[in-house]
Amino acid sequence: MKLSTLTLAAIMTAGAAIAGPVAPADVVFSEGAVAASLSGQPGDVANGAKIMSSKKLGNCIACHEVTALSEAPFHGEVGPLLDGVGDRWNQAELRGILSNAKLTYEGTVMPAYYKVDGFNRPGKAYTGKAADGPLDPLLSAQQIEDVVAFLMTLKDE
Amino acid sequence: ISTPFMASADADDDQLVVNGEIEMITKAPAPAHLADALDEVISGWHMRSDETQEMQADDFDNPAMIFVEQAQDDWNTVMGTKDKSCASCHDNVEDSMAGVRTVYPKWNDAKETVYTMEMQINDCLTDGMGADAWKKSGAKMARMEALISVQSRGMPMNVAIDGPAEATWEQGKDLYYSRTGQLDLSCASCHEENYGNRIRSDHLSQGHINGFPVYRLKNSKLTTPHGRFKGCVRDTRAETYKPGSAEFIALELYVASRGNGLSVEAPSVRN
Ligand code: HEC
Ligand code: HEC
Ligand code: HEC
Repeated sequence: MKLSTLTLAAIMTAGAAIAGPVAPADVVFSEGAVAASLSGQPGDVANGAKIMSSKKLGNCIACHEVTALSEAPFHGEVGPLLDGVGDRWNQAELRGILSNAKLTYEGTVMPAYYKVDGFNRPGKAYTGKAADGPLDPLLSAQQIEDVVAFLMTLKDE
Repeated sequence: ISTPFMASADADDDQLVVNGEIEMITKAPAPAHLADALDEVISGWHMRSDETQEMQADDFDNPAMIFVEQAQDDWNTVMGTKDKSCASCHDNVEDSMAGVRTVYPKWNDAKETVYTMEMQINDCLTDGMGADAWKKSGAKMARMEALISVQSRGMPMNVAIDGPAEATWEQGKDLYYSRTGQLDLSCASCHEENYGNRIRSDHLSQGHINGFPVYRLKNSKLTTPHGRFKGCVRDTRAETYKPGSAEFIALELYVASRGNGLSVEAPSVRN
């Protein structure tokens, strides 16, 4: 179907008005970093803290210690202590590490939280069964933004 | 303020002597084929809490021993159309099965494939006794494997990886280092790169199977190697392989070979 300039303009305006999240396949990485917010919205610090502690969501503390989250039980030792991470990395770099840590750390064991393809034997969550359709990313665009916002508060001193 | 962080916890230096007499080799120089990866192989027993460790040090405290007793009854029970029990052909399990566990999985010449102990037991049931095979990794199978393994306690694992078994061993090695699932982790990600580290509340071991079948406090049951592998693969958000599958047989051979030199500890106790 051939679109007239008018309908095309209308679609584009509508598109801009409901600017949805960037799809995992469309994320633009530059040396591992991602400049723009994935959701187009700012992140929520408190929700980011919740996502990091929750086993059902980010489960980040399974591998990382975070002093600011010391009320949540069982912090792991597989990854580095995240205290001061907001000084070590800027927002775009943290967004990149979360979306696909392998682009920052080659071969890392840290999972890619905003990636949906290229996996070997992808399963249906933790059931052990084969995935029965396209995968959802481990965290949504907004959840990534929330976690990035929380990580940015982890400054030394 | 409370500090939930665990003290950095490597393998402890405790010694495992079962019933005050069976001295277990729980740390050993890594077998030659692992030279690039590890210096020392360490039993998962070292990564468990003192209470859990102690349960394994005395058969009266080891909750798995009840299953071993049940398997002793199975051993003497006539089953199948040929009116035979295991004892009809193998007499005393203490004598006939001593050392058997240390070499499984192993190449079976007649069948021209690598055999797990489970496959051998099912052959004995079907061909030798005219009975039905037991469910792969099921409760009856696990307890019989435990009974047979007890006869080798303390002896070092010594599975063969060369000769005709080599191709299967290579397949198992590939699987060990292949990342799976949406978390994109391999066995090595956790058990080679991170043993000694905590992952959430769990203290990661090197993932050996010298203690299998293990009694898990979590569900009060015996778990077979394939049952454990399945759980670990599932935890990578992957589609698992099935217990008894060619993949898990190969992986069992490979994982067993990583523990060559460690004593047979089965039935061990884990959380
Ligand atoms: C399975 C383990 C694992 C999980 C789960 C995990 N990480 Fe990581 N993470 C690592 C490792 C390991 C590294 C270090 C990179 C490397 O050397 O491979 C790392 C590095 C990082 C870094 C850079 C650290 C620094 O000190 O510069 C940040 C930030 C980070 N992770 C955040 C997170 C967040 C947020 C989550 C959850 C949404 C998470 N990680 C989940 C293992 C993990
Ligand atoms: C009719 C005779 C017979 C009966 C009954 C029998 N087996 Fe066997 N079993 C054999 C033979 C023969 C072999 C050796 C097979 C071979 O080497 O290929 C064997 C081998 C084994 C082995 C491996 C030993 C080794 O050194 O590799 C195990 C384990 C075993 N049997 C367990 C059992 C169990 C458990 C039962 C009862 C459920 C049982 N068997 C019943 C004949 C029997
Ligand atoms: C995400 C991390 C992770 C991955 C990947 C993983 N495991 Fe595990 N595994 C664990 C944890 C946690 C335990 C329980 C603590 C322990 O014994 O290490 C465990 C336990 C085991 C045990 C029991 C050890 C004992 O002494 O009781 C074996 C065997 C094992 N894993 C084998 C494997 C194999 C084979 C693979 C690959 C197919 C694998 N694991 C992948 C986390 C993992």
